[in-house]
Amino acid sequence: MESERDFTPQCPIPLTEYPHILLAHGGGGELMHHLIEKMFLPAFRNALLDAQHDGAVLDLEGIRLAFTTDSYVVHPLVFPGGTIGDLAINGTVNDLAMCGARPLFLSAGFILEEGLPMETLWHIVQSMQRAAERAKVQLVTGDTKVVDKGKGDGLFINTTGIGIIEHNCLIAPHRVQPGDAILLNGDIGRHGIAIMAVREGLAFESPIESDTAPLADLVLQLLQAGIDVHCLRDLTRGGLASALNEIARAGGVHIHIEESAIPVCEDVRGACEILGLDPLYVANEGRLVAFIGPTDVERVLTIMRAHPLGADARLIGRVTDDDPGLVTMTSAIGARRVVDMLSGEQLPRIC
Amino acid sequence: MRFIDEYRDARAARRYARALARLTTRPWTIMEICGGQTHTIVKFGIDELLPPEITLVHGPGCPVCVTPIELIDKAIDIASRPDVIFCSFGDMLRVPGTEKDLLTVKAHGGDVRIVYSPLDALELAKQNPHKDVVFFAVGFETTAPANAMAVFQAHRQGVDNFFLLVSHVLVPPAMEAILSSPHNRVQGFLAAGHVCTVMGYTEYEPIARTYQVPIVVTGFEPLDILQGVYMCIKQLEEGRAEVENQYTRSVRRRGNPSAQQLIREVFQVVSRKWRGVGEIPRSGLGLREKYAQFDAERRFGVAHSTIEEPAECMSGLILQGAMSPHQCPAFGTRCTPEHPLGAPMVSSEGACAAYYRYRRSPVDTP
Repeated sequence: MESERDFTPQCPIPLTEYPHILLAHGGGGELMHHLIEKMFLPAFRNALLDAQHDGAVLDLEGIRLAFTTDSYVVHPLVFPGGTIGDLAINGTVNDLAMCGARPLFLSAGFILEEGLPMETLWHIVQSMQRAAERAKVQLVTGDTKVVDKGKGDGLFINTTGIGIIEHNCLIAPHRVQPGDAILLNGDIGRHGIAIMAVREGLAFESPIESDTAPLADLVLQLLQAGIDVHCLRDLTRGGLASALNEIARAGGVHIHIEESAIPVCEDVRGACEILGLDPLYVANEGRLVAFIGPTDVERVLTIMRAHPLGADARLIGRVTDDDPGLVTMTSAIGARRVVDMLSGEQLPRIC
Repeated sequence: MRFIDEYRDARAARRYARALARLTTRPWTIMEICGGQTHTIVKFGIDELLPPEITLVHGPGCPVCVTPIELIDKAIDIASRPDVIFCSFGDMLRVPGTEKDLLTVKAHGGDVRIVYSPLDALELAKQNPHKDVVFFAVGFETTAPANAMAVFQAHRQGVDNFFLLVSHVLVPPAMEAILSSPHNRVQGFLAAGHVCTVMGYTEYEPIARTYQVPIVVTGFEPLDILQGVYMCIKQLEEGRAEVENQYTRSVRRRGNPSAQQLIREVFQVVSRKWRGVGEIPRSGLGLREKYAQFDAERRFGVAHSTIEEPAECMSGLILQGAMSPHQCPAFGTRCTPEHPLGAPMVSSEGACAAYYRYRRSPVDTP
């Protein structure tokens, strides 16, 4: 008995802690990282996976390819500024872009729920087609499944992408070093608030539109200009705060940002004040942070600001070696505080 | 953004900090009542700007934190039943009951929903006549008028599938409990601006006189709090103990009479247990007999039970300002937002969560 028990693989996440999956396990915060670090990484361990980047970089006899996958379960399917189809293209394109790759080919898997209006599907497929054209990618293979009514939320999409890396620049969290500058390509929080406004029936003078956009062109312009980009991360679930925490941990560095340097548009700030949310943790779909050497700041800002997706680009902070793994911020009134990884989902406050 | 940026101006904040440093001649301890104020203080680092003589201690004004564990368990019991839609403000979903929280109930298939107003829950009741819709009515005087309005409307419209699980508490009895405690070290209060927007501040005047403590009704933005601290210290330095109003853009002395009338119509003052503190006489609100049919505890017959708090959780001392989150041996180790021992580590208004989130280790404290 004793020896049998020794060889029984134990679930690495103690069942007493979380016997069931909670929504927060997919929220991009602390619980999702537990799941990845304790269950997925040990189960599938290999060097490419261990890099924990947005995509894997494969070396095939001298040809470097980036390879990534993502699933889209957003509700509502159509929202101001985009559809689930736009996200399915742009999200995967952006994951490839964060590896410094030129996105080439995508697959798409559709999981349709019985009863989904054909017109809705057509609208979403058209938006995917336009998004693919804009991002200069081809959708080359796919799959369709239909599940019983009640077993899906209208439509789920999975896309997998391949891109080619045509430069020698190594883009990875471990290249981030003290002294690096952190640049953000525009205002934050618009995607998350656009979705939440629809879900919660919040009306604004002009509707807040999602920022969903393909970032590959902007990244490729930086690389073609010969900028030594140390690391890139697109801001998705969990927002700017989670992206910076991931890099601070993976790169073993301290990140310090300035609250007053981070652009947030008026409507998003207003919605966040009403709902008791912090824009630092609100989702984005067209924003990235770039870590670069201090001497490249002006050049990168010039390139970003000349691009439609970087018109409001800013220097938001610096990397130091003070407190490795930690993210801190100078608050609006000039005091310093920790910017933590989100624990669970961001829940609206009572009063 | 208008009405926000003016109250977060870094230069004005530094001017207040200098004025406070000139004003302060000896050590003073002030308590901010409201968890929303605690959040602002820690998030913006306001305490870093204060002269070292001033100590801010965090008060019991976090509705999520003071809701007793029995009531969380009742909520979990009701939410787990079929044919119930359980509605709550988001903060309550992660508060641990004896065995689980409301998010876990949701993961098991319970129909648990986040709403932004009790009137949304009433609307759900009308849309789902074959379900029982229960709203978890927690909070101080601030949320009481809206909750009273939902019950009042349900009564008027004859909605018979809408219920309130009530856990309303009141600020003045809690202040008196703190001031009467032998461990009390609070010398002045920042009263909660939103509570006073509803209730006014006449009920604080006898407290200031009886206990000889200054009470300053204070808002929630950084400059509000700095000005509130300034007014409170000025009273202390001058030997005065009065009720003053910093939050004049929202609070009048007599508050909002229509809201108060609605509260009195629907609720009556009852004794309530506060999590980590114990029972305080006449410190809460319960539904009047006239509206008893909307009482979820009656509808679902959830038994009265007394449950022990986890012994390791110091939330009682923290909520009374007798201990700072950093001084708790479990802080950040056995008690984190992922594995909270008590509610102050859960709610965004809880002192422990604010310290954990914005100020991880004592090293970060000035």
